[in-house]
Amino acid sequence: MSGTSTYVPKSALGKWFESRLPIIGLVHSSFVAYPTPRNLNYLWTFGAILSFMLAAQIVTGVILAMHYVPQANLAFDSVEHIMRDVNYGWLLRYLHSNGASMFFFAVYAHIFRGIYYGSYKAPREVLWILGVIIYLLMMATAFMGYVLPWGQMSFWGATVITNLFSAIPLVGKSIATWLWGGYAVGDPTLNRFFSLHYLLPFMIAGVVVLHVWALHVVGQNNPDGVEVKNVARDTVAFTPYATLKDVFGLAVFLIVYAWFVFYIPNYLGDADNYIKANPLQTPARIVPEWYLLPFYAILRAIPNKLLGVIALFSAIALLAFLPWLDTSPVRSAKYRPVFRVFFWAFVAVCLGLGWLGSQEITDAYVLAARILAICYFAFFLVVLPLLGLLETTRPLPPSIADAVLARTKGGSANVAVGPAEKSAV
Amino acid sequence: MIRLRTIALASAALLGFAAFAPAGFAANEQPSPPPANEAKQGASQPTPPTEAGEEQPSPTRQSWSFSGLFGTYDQAQLQRGFKVYHDVCANCHSLSIPFRTLSDPTGPGFSDAQVKALAATYQVTDTEPNDKGEYAKRPGRPSDLIPGPYPNPEAAAAALGKAPPDMSTLVKARKYERGFPWFIFDALPFDQYQEVGADYVYAVLNGYTKADDLNWNLYYPGHKIAMPKPLSDGQVDYTDGTPTTVAQYARDVVSFLYWASEPTLVERKKIGMRVMVFLIVLSALLYFTKKRVWEKAH
Ligand code: HEC
Ligand code: HEM
Repeated sequence: MSGTSTYVPKSALGKWFESRLPIIGLVHSSFVAYPTPRNLNYLWTFGAILSFMLAAQIVTGVILAMHYVPQANLAFDSVEHIMRDVNYGWLLRYLHSNGASMFFFAVYAHIFRGIYYGSYKAPREVLWILGVIIYLLMMATAFMGYVLPWGQMSFWGATVITNLFSAIPLVGKSIATWLWGGYAVGDPTLNRFFSLHYLLPFMIAGVVVLHVWALHVVGQNNPDGVEVKNVARDTVAFTPYATLKDVFGLAVFLIVYAWFVFYIPNYLGDADNYIKANPLQTPARIVPEWYLLPFYAILRAIPNKLLGVIALFSAIALLAFLPWLDTSPVRSAKYRPVFRVFFWAFVAVCLGLGWLGSQEITDAYVLAARILAICYFAFFLVVLPLLGLLETTRPLPPSIADAVLARTKGGSANVAVGPAEKSAV
Repeated sequence: MIRLRTIALASAALLGFAAFAPAGFAANEQPSPPPANEAKQGASQPTPPTEAGEEQPSPTRQSWSFSGLFGTYDQAQLQRGFKVYHDVCANCHSLSIPFRTLSDPTGPGFSDAQVKALAATYQVTDTEPNDKGEYAKRPGRPSDLIPGPYPNPEAAAAALGKAPPDMSTLVKARKYERGFPWFIFDALPFDQYQEVGADYVYAVLNGYTKADDLNWNLYYPGHKIAMPKPLSDGQVDYTDGTPTTVAQYARDVVSFLYWASEPTLVERKKIGMRVMVFLIVLSALLYFTKKRVWEKAH
């Protein structure tokens, strides 16, 4: 999706087609000849992993939808029917429910990678914001998917989250009623959630196309955070180099995924969701899926419902403003010793919030959640803006090739250009 | 490194502020209620208060034939467990699975003839009207769901004080809190602990420790359970010489219920092993291929 393609069709048919729709050239320039920085590490394989997971969720989801019944008094049993009677239905369902978790695991690795290496900085702001939009859509999709099996946690989770909208002054109650299609979560809610759960992944796919397009315009960032200066010295061709590395990373990722699906398929789920939804009986504790817990903790840390909701949404929205909140001209944490400490502290804060989100509300937890929530916001609003002005950064390598050489051979700035690199030019 | 120190100081101050400011809030405000409307007030409250200072202990971890990498069901045990369910639990609990699944070879493995005979001992009301327009009663068939003892949960609640939960997903629908850091180890190979539900149910069945109160259970949250002690020694006859004790009944019936809620476990673990071996070999091959190709780039 970038530059002019180096693709030359060989067959007559290929030429005929290419002059009418240059799609093979497009694919070739994006996934074969595309130059990738030669110093990328395995954190850069998560992009490919995420694309795979989106496809996997769509394929398993479409097949599940052939057997699933989006009706309040049949949904739970239809999922059990899938688990017991549909050929390999248990496999599809476990692939899909654990797939959602693996998808989020990958997206968190991908996002924290971006923060650590400053991938959101100019010229990649639009690329980053498109990523935040994908993340938002993913959360909406997964939330609505979790409602579909219509277990206790589905029902009460949906009740808690949709109730958040009723905190909006004046129109809140009407919005909630409109969302529910009634005066509480019920059959109409389930129907529309199913419809949207089917739709949103395809919207995600659309934004992913934009995301990749933007990526191929500005190029990948890399662990040293210096721009590609000389394509021959600093990059390698996407195929075979990045392709093979991505496929290997994906294979290892699939081992973990398979472990969850085949050996601990219900580990990440909530036991209460194997109880059919009962509007008259509130579960002892309402807990969202693990990937939403940090935000849930922020929500619960604030005594006022409206303020809590505002904090919840701003915690997510702040991500989109990172390119302007981080004032440092240096991208990679490798060359930002103080930022690096704060980065890991931020990771710890997120994990801590996640854990608190799953706990019962007691005074001690509320206090801890408030401290961590303040730290969360402080990272964006205080640490990042100030650090860029105060921090003494380490000297950057003159180029990617120099950085690679400094690591592998310990010094000189000359890189031999192999035949492989030439094809990348 | 004056700047570094400035930053360290600034952040220390920030943390200090963070630690005190909310403490101030907390002092004059109630801990935040759950975010939902009033109906959900109970949602995040602690577990019901325990009576008379009686702690609610965690169930002990049992060893089950179906746990671990190669876990499978023990057919004789599932058949005994079915007997306990059939003779005792089925008086109050429904188990909404079709009779035919009882002949599942990796499950209880009853013969087709046994299943047919068993189904015929139940009276089932047709779901479609017959040619006279009546919903006829007829003997059950293997394809029918096992009929429950009560026509609906309300009827069960009226008779027993509270509706007994359906048993088809009962074991998967129960858990107990493992807490940090145990919940992490539970997910790891060689220790994977996925039987918290089974251990909880086993504990409840063995948890009637007050001889004078048959509705008091050590492991049930709040201790007051609507199910009176269901099992006692010698209650169900075993023909294979297995001891007829409460502990043994409990172990057998929990295994049976685990199968009922996870009938595909054996197939799942078998396929899983093949998938794991395949993926590990594939990853190794890809790793060496990748290494070989990248050598040229360095
Ligand atoms: C006399 C009727 C009766 C019999 C017989 C009976 N149960 Fe129950 N069972 C109940 C009722 C009622 C409840 C609901 C208890 C509650 O939630 O307070 C219940 C609840 C349970 C629970 C859920 C406890 C929880 O944590 O929510 C389990 C597990 C259980 N029964 C297992 C069994 C097993 C196994 C048997 C057979 C050995 C059995 N029951 C026999 C009436 C019965
Ligand atoms: C972005 C991709 C997707 C994500 C993150 C996602 C997430 C989820 C989640 C978390 C569940 C609940 C699983 C459970 O606990 O059982 C679910 C269920 C479901 N999803 Fe998706 N999903 C995605 C794509 C799709 C698509 C594209 C379809 C259909 C075309 C689909 C159809 C279904 C169906 C039918 C269910 C209910 C069955 C079940 O609960 O297993 N999903 N999804």
